[in-house]
Amino acid sequence: MSARVDVLVVGAGPGGMAAATVAAEAGRRVCLVDGGTAPGGQIWRGYSTPSASRSPHGREFVRWSERLQRSGCAVWQGWQVVDHPAEGVLRVERDGECRDVGYERLILATGARERFLPFPGWTLPGVMGAGGVQALMKAGLEARGRRVVVAGSGPLLLAVAAGLHDAGATVAGIYEQAAAGRLARFALRMLRHPGKLAEGAGYRLKTRKAAYRTGAWVVRAEGKDRVERVTVTDGRREWQVECDWLACGFHLVPNLELPLLLGCSVAGGYVAVDALQQSSVANVACVGELTGIGGLEKALAEGQIAGWAAAGREAQARAMTAEAGRGRRFGAELEAAFALREELRTLADAETVVCRCEDVPYGALAGKVGWREAKLHTRCGMGACQGRVCGAVTEFLFGWDAKSGRPPIYPALMSTMAEGAEETKAAAQRR
Amino acid sequence: MIAITVNGREVQVAPGTSVAAALLMAGEPSRLSVRGAPRAPLCGMGICMECRATVNGVLHQRTCQLLCAAGMEVVTG
Repeated sequence: MSARVDVLVVGAGPGGMAAATVAAEAGRRVCLVDGGTAPGGQIWRGYSTPSASRSPHGREFVRWSERLQRSGCAVWQGWQVVDHPAEGVLRVERDGECRDVGYERLILATGARERFLPFPGWTLPGVMGAGGVQALMKAGLEARGRRVVVAGSGPLLLAVAAGLHDAGATVAGIYEQAAAGRLARFALRMLRHPGKLAEGAGYRLKTRKAAYRTGAWVVRAEGKDRVERVTVTDGRREWQVECDWLACGFHLVPNLELPLLLGCSVAGGYVAVDALQQSSVANVACVGELTGIGGLEKALAEGQIAGWAAAGREAQARAMTAEAGRGRRFGAELEAAFALREELRTLADAETVVCRCEDVPYGALAGKVGWREAKLHTRCGMGACQGRVCGAVTEFLFGWDAKSGRPPIYPALMSTMAEGAEETKAAAQRR
Repeated sequence: MIAITVNGREVQVAPGTSVAAALLMAGEPSRLSVRGAPRAPLCGMGICMECRATVNGVLHQRTCQLLCAAGMEVVTG
């Protein structure tokens, strides 16, 4: 065993940072493992820089980041969890090095990824996720002078468009698939969350020169070696927009691979948890987007609940449950407002690639009875991303259950799986 | 600025730039798909594997999770 802790936390976004911090402050030995280069996860990505840390979100990041550092929690950045080789042990890998970490209590905060949907041309260079463009810009991608179409669905689109505008890009249009009526009802409900409403309004103000269309979506991207134009529709007519990049994502889906590997029950697409964030597996808690897409406040509240509970401080944990409940209700409202329209199921033609890793086209998948048959007959979902992109696609297009948690949950070196196993076997023999 | 090479060509980037961002700015696709189509980063957060390239001789590196370092050699395709 490379390390043994009381509480192991996976994922250093807000939920994981909060969980690790409060558990360590309560005196537990805690290790926080994260695959990224710095704490913050996706929503606080790039906030370690002085300029970003001055924004309202940034100040909250700095508070948690400083608290985490003071808490005595060990923070392992760049380590990817690849396997669960034995009860109470996770295996992690970085740069070919492998470690086994033993734990009494495990808190999973693996967050969410963007949902992508296939349409002709979506594999062209320059077509990226909406959150993808935001993440790449925070990692140094210069947008100045680029013409960018922002499309798909979800509250992220306006934030991404505002970020592009601030970086000197021309936002060539924002196309939200959800209908105006649904969004108006959502905005009314948001009167109870004035901070969020003001944030959205601020983003729109920045991008006021760009067309913002609801009930509109991209049906096609075209170009020679990269995207040069997209075709947009509102369901009645189609029009073309020239662009250098298309930033297109359809809200978020949870990263369920690790909870599934551990055997956590999933209901309605999310990990089922009780009021103290405990999953169906003893001593395994799940927080944040894993239990329902709900954003920052929900993740922070649930993280603290799980952290306190792991430290045996049930009263403190219960004190946060009302706030977590508010976050969950906000998430449910988001999901209803940005529900995907039926027309999006029909964008791909027979030639359109669905599985990008293995180049499996839509035509090869239509008529298959399920995810397993598709994998066996076409190699859909068998490539390097292990179905992280096309799994959610086929769930939407065909209604399959493509969720999976088979080891290794990330591509890993043979030596990680073999030598790590050796070490675990020796430990088992000693027992 | 930090100098790296992309397919032998020198590219200058600001400190803190990921290799995936450097590839996009250099206009180089990161990989060729199994049918030979050029692909570039999609998700930017280590999920989609489209940004894989060879970095300092190591195959299949997720370049969006890797920061540029002086003298780094990146080979795409």
